Amino acid sequence: MEVFIQQTTNGLAVGGIYALIALGYTMVYGVLKLINFAHGDLFALGAYLGFTLLVSFGLAGYVGMVSAILICSLMVMVFSGLAGYLLERVAYRPLRNSDRISAVVSALGASIFFQNAIMLVWGAQYRSYPAGIIPNLTISFAGQNIPLIRIFVLVASVVIMLILYFFINRTRIGMAIRASAIDQGAARLMGIDVRSVIALVFIIGPALGGLAGVMVGIYYGQINFNMGQMYGLKAFTAAIIGGIGNIPGAMLGGLLLGLVEAFGAAYISLAWRDAITFIVLILILVVRPTGILRERVAEKL
Amino acid sequence: MSDKTRQALITVGVLLFLALPGMGLGSYWLDVLNQVGLYAVLSLSLNIILGHAGMFHMGHAAFFAVGAYVTAILNTVYHVPVMATLPLAGLAAGVFALLVASPIIHLRGDYLLVVTIGIVEIVRIALINNVFGLTGGSNGIVGIQRPDLPGLGRLTAPWHFFYLIWGFVAISMFMFEYLENSRYGRALKFIREDVVAAEGVGINTASCKLSAFVIGAIWAGFTGTIYATQMRTISPGSFSYWESVVLFMIVILGGRGNQWGVLLGSFLVIGLPELFRGLQSSRMLFFGAALVVMMIFRPQGLIPSRNRRYKLPQPYADKYK
Repeated sequence: MEVFIQQTTNGLAVGGIYALIALGYTMVYGVLKLINFAHGDLFALGAYLGFTLLVSFGLAGYVGMVSAILICSLMVMVFSGLAGYLLERVAYRPLRNSDRISAVVSALGASIFFQNAIMLVWGAQYRSYPAGIIPNLTISFAGQNIPLIRIFVLVASVVIMLILYFFINRTRIGMAIRASAIDQGAARLMGIDVRSVIALVFIIGPALGGLAGVMVGIYYGQINFNMGQMYGLKAFTAAIIGGIGNIPGAMLGGLLLGLVEAFGAAYISLAWRDAITFIVLILILVVRPTGILRERVAEKL
Repeated sequence: MSDKTRQALITVGVLLFLALPGMGLGSYWLDVLNQVGLYAVLSLSLNIILGHAGMFHMGHAAFFAVGAYVTAILNTVYHVPVMATLPLAGLAAGVFALLVASPIIHLRGDYLLVVTIGIVEIVRIALINNVFGLTGGSNGIVGIQRPDLPGLGRLTAPWHFFYLIWGFVAISMFMFEYLENSRYGRALKFIREDVVAAEGVGINTASCKLSAFVIGAIWAGFTGTIYATQMRTISPGSFSYWESVVLFMIVILGGRGNQWGVLLGSFLVIGLPELFRGLQSSRMLFFGAALVVMMIFRPQGLIPSRNRRYKLPQPYADKYK
């Protein structure tokens, strides 16, 4: 029981982070039908920007811990969003009318570029976030002591997901995004500026990804230049589980994957944790490529 | 340039290249060339899958790893001579490819890419976790023997391996050239260009794709043997996702579907950073950017795949010159 509750809360916290990253994949996929391979590296970029703000600038020394985290998160979201926008302008927009293979390779190139840029700027070694950003407290739940930071990460990601959900479903801009995802041509005829919608998606996605990067830094305390690759693949798996292109699906898939991974690590084998994720990915794509909700990805043969 | 001068130039180039070890090239540069050669064979085998059949396969290091580990285990544990493990390494890689590729072969391009990344990661994790108690965990396997060639004795010096590896490159290119121009090779190209039309004329697209995977994997397995015996030590780190990325990059930058393009790509991606040592740490940054730029301005690669040409019958030849 002890392991179960600990792993459930841990899985949900990590799953919330996966879900935040997965949203970037799924939103871009929804509008462009393109897997943004560089998304995981934008997430890593966010983590490093947060590192620079919190450690190198010592933000907490000026304004106190709580506001430092808030300001840091906001600034990281702005910068990551900007990076996402530039990425779209440079690597994807010129390829709007070429075949999808070119776009995929370009995405891959951008991913390699970002990963190595991070390595050259911040170095190849692990970097540590300042310890005790969130006070090292625990709260009691069902007879177990749950670290406060888990609750914090989970609540933060759920709140952000809810905001996004309402933004997409209740505002005019959200409606434009949904319309562009369903049919770009028709959306254009209805007077929607599809080009800005795409740019907007490339700002929102990386902004959420960058935020997730800061959360990983706070949660685990350590970041590495190539973590974007592993987290990117996992978040992508989460998006596939939920049905890529589907926003609630990404949230659901993220939380689910977090749980699967936590239980897999606890009850099967810690050393095989990452492999479990990839086996889940392959199984889902082979058995039910549409994910839990919608979107067909396999071609008939 | 006429075909004859072209052929003459290629012959002279190849002869000059073969004479390199005799021209006082140091063992450092021979090692670099050997590495280029290994990557060239791997990329040529990936070219069957990615270039000809047009399948986005980014897990080629997995097949390479299977071959290398089969050789290493057979040689260090069961004392099988290295060169005798070559066919077994190819066979093992081919069977492995058959097993993992058959359920995923129908996936659309970008999904296939992600799944093959997953496969290469699973293989790497399995190797680190010392699967079957044979792979030696994260330290890998040490003490693999040098190869004995019948009549030539044991290969030890870099220039021995130079001829072994580049001989293998030549044989591979020769055989793949035949494959490319065969009925089967044309079927693969057809699948790449238009899978629905290919199916329409009666090509069994699923089996063609699968066999392309298996052929590429077998060749990667062979290369694994050569790599293992040249390095004498192998570890999971040598078969990471990044190795697959490098191979993928070589094929795409050089020109998918064109053997000479792939060869050029190997020299550029593996050899060039050695010339500019300052570039070494930022080489992936550079090549990542190069991929983006290439896709915008020259998506077909440096030396694009040539389409088959047919001669017009005489009466029309003048008319439609």
